[in-house]
Amino acid sequence: MKVRVKLFSIAKDLAGVDETVVEIPSGSSAETVLDQLIARNPRFVDWKPSLRLAVNQEYVRNGHLLSENDEVAVIPPVSGG
Amino acid sequence: MVKITDSAINIEKLLVQVTKPESGAVNVFIGTTRNHSHGRKVTGLEYEAYMPMALKTLQELEQDAKARWGLHDVAIVHRVGKVHVGEASVFIAVSSAHRDEAYQASRFLIDQLKQVVPIWKREFFEDGTVEWSLQAHEQKTEIEA
Repeated sequence: MKVRVKLFSIAKDLAGVDETVVEIPSGSSAETVLDQLIARNPRFVDWKPSLRLAVNQEYVRNGHLLSENDEVAVIPPVSGG
Repeated sequence: MVKITDSAINIEKLLVQVTKPESGAVNVFIGTTRNHSHGRKVTGLEYEAYMPMALKTLQELEQDAKARWGLHDVAIVHRVGKVHVGEASVFIAVSSAHRDEAYQASRFLIDQLKQVVPIWKREFFEDGTVEWSLQAHEQKTEIEA
């Protein structure tokens, strides 16, 4: 299945794009998206522990199961204020 | 009211909006952009937001604070895009019958904003380097904005 992935801050710099689509097996967890990004750029590994994930604009745990056409966002440490 | 904007924050207008006839206290927090970061000189800043989620999380914080402290009104405004040194990057105003609720709600809102709202700051340094500010998780106990 395909999910849309939005990237911000350092994650956007590492990916080189602010949005992408990843193809993952049906029933995959949100973490699978991070593993796909790591496969594309191994430098993502160093950041993995500090990246949070959101699905359809809600924070989720890495084990959250995805559905087709979900919007997954990769959220590096936030720094508003 | 929550808002994310790329223009200067109109502080006086927001204050008038938040102040209600039944209010006895209005607490305002303004986060301004510093000219230094970890000992290095900062010449400019830029913020980006995951807009729909940032607005949603701000609205949730607003509702939480209203319910918890019985506030009369709340205004939270955050800048995105370029922000000059010394300008307000975030504005939070809360009104309530008495000052305790206003102080507590204001502190809660800025602390939570810095933890959960998907907004990121990029600092432009004097030496020409540009870096994302990524220390947010270690700054949990700081009151700086």
